[in-house]
Amino acid sequence: MLMPLIDDQTPVVHLAHLDHLWFQITGTLCNLTCRHCFISCSPHNNNFGFIPRDEVEKALVKSVSLGVKEYYYTGGEPFLHPDLVYLVCRTLELGPVTILTNATILRDDWLQRLARAEAESPYSLEFRVSLDGYDAITNDAVRGAGTFARTLRGLRRLIDHGFLPIVTVTHVDETLSAEQLYYRFVAMLQEQGYDRPRVKILPLLRLGAEVQRTRSYLPQERVTKEMLENFELDHLLCRHARVVTDRGVYVCPILLEAADARLGDDLTSSLSSFALRYQACYTCYLYGTICANTSSQQRDL
Amino acid sequence: MLSRIALFGGIYNNYLALEAALRDIKRRGVDAIYCLGDFGAFGPHPDRVFPLIWDYQVECIQGNYDQSLALGLSDCQCGYTDPRDNYFARISYEYTYEHTSPQNRQWLGTLPTHRRVQLGRYRVLLCHGSPRKINEFLWESTTSTAFLRWLCQTYDADVICATHTGIKWHRALGNANVVANTVSTENPAIHSCNEGQARPPDWHFVNVGVLGRPENDGTTRVWYTILEATPQLRVEFVPVEYDYQRLAREMREERLPEEFIATILSGWWTTCLEILPAKERKRGRF
Ligand code: SF4
Ligand code: SF4
Repeated sequence: MLMPLIDDQTPVVHLAHLDHLWFQITGTLCNLTCRHCFISCSPHNNNFGFIPRDEVEKALVKSVSLGVKEYYYTGGEPFLHPDLVYLVCRTLELGPVTILTNATILRDDWLQRLARAEAESPYSLEFRVSLDGYDAITNDAVRGAGTFARTLRGLRRLIDHGFLPIVTVTHVDETLSAEQLYYRFVAMLQEQGYDRPRVKILPLLRLGAEVQRTRSYLPQERVTKEMLENFELDHLLCRHARVVTDRGVYVCPILLEAADARLGDDLTSSLSSFALRYQACYTCYLYGTICANTSSQQRDL
Repeated sequence: MLSRIALFGGIYNNYLALEAALRDIKRRGVDAIYCLGDFGAFGPHPDRVFPLIWDYQVECIQGNYDQSLALGLSDCQCGYTDPRDNYFARISYEYTYEHTSPQNRQWLGTLPTHRRVQLGRYRVLLCHGSPRKINEFLWESTTSTAFLRWLCQTYDADVICATHTGIKWHRALGNANVVANTVSTENPAIHSCNEGQARPPDWHFVNVGVLGRPENDGTTRVWYTILEATPQLRVEFVPVEYDYQRLAREMREERLPEEFIATILSGWWTTCLEILPAKERKRGRF
């Protein structure tokens, strides 16, 4: 459970418009147990479970009347959900979809169906594939033995089915700058035969399993009202997103372990504002929309 | 009231394509001509654009690039995050800034960020990126119909025209059954898209394209748009051929990056690729 800061310095952020609707489709259940996972997913963490198919469909219907622009499926590992492929195909009738996956359990028949659905849709289907090291040594130390090779095979599958996956790299190797890391990954992927590598560098969130691996936030790492005075609020995900889980709707996919981040039972009751009482908000403050499909850069302090 | 207008955006200093487009527009005949912003970037000799705009009485709004130039900001606000994209964006911004006269920069600062036009029975809203944000990218493949209908509803428009992304597209929103089937009336605070409409809305979103560089389709053409109320809305995208060899030559003389010149000559984008969504990216070569 995350502890909130309790003082009168925490700024409140209102939802400007629900642009991005997220589904925590497999909750905190994942086939991997990465050492930096900010919501500590694993095969056994069922703090959050699978969202039933009809719940997703209900939220989709609602989302259309709310004017939602884009949809995101995350977990855990979304492909563990038995209805994921069906739901993504259905969502592609309504808008663009991004799936955040570790690409280790992909199947050709699923990818064929998804490729067909994307071809028939006016919208893009994006895959964001997590890989945290540019070789087996650096990656597997964080994501588990054998995951580098498995993820590369998954990437190859996606490319073979005509997708252009975005490799999402958490900045775990703090000895390299984000830019150096970016170029290392581009070079590695090109060597692997991915001729149009798309790479997104993601800052570390010092939450969940990551706290044991390195550290938690320092006392000064927080957001205050004053810090947001000349700040472009649109950079914060909570300004234009909500995440549907099997336990109600939360403000963002980052704060699932914060009790007050649960805003309501359904979308309609979850459009209220949110006070940035958590130190993870500092990472959003520093890096902007870290959950978008493009990279984010650290702001100058 | 207007019944036939021409629109374009993203001149990116390409005064040769601008001139060719304006001649073509004059020949076809329209009631008014609009430029949706981004006069500078990419190409050579920014100051050659302005006299043409004034001679042809083009009505203009401001793009993010123009806003940056007018305010003397340190970058173009395109929001690139890829280091390579940023590198190129900086080169073209610095070049354009240095070669745009202070008077012209000041003129850019006087432009409005939106315009409203009555075209036949359609209330048309002109903007640069989106009605809510000057530098928002509304790509065809990442913008849901539900969202566009929300924009029409919120901004009181039947037709929203924008540019900014560099690739033209049009979507009719009025008969989008996905929305019509699922309108919410439970919560009045929520923008449900059909409420209060006597007849089904005939809403449209049009990205009018850009004149500054080809749209990543492997041809050297660039595009403008003619909108006509006949009385139904007719959207025509018009290709423009121009002396791109000369543009490339002048870019080289100005020592602009070879990557930009390659785009002008081949029609494929070589930079700013990271911001492209999957579908748009797949259509290109790089
Ligand atoms: S980081 Fe991703 S792949 Fe790793 S345990 Fe967490 S959810 Fe699973
Ligand atoms: S973690 Fe980020 S997205 Fe979530 S509430 Fe805090 S600032 Fe907003």
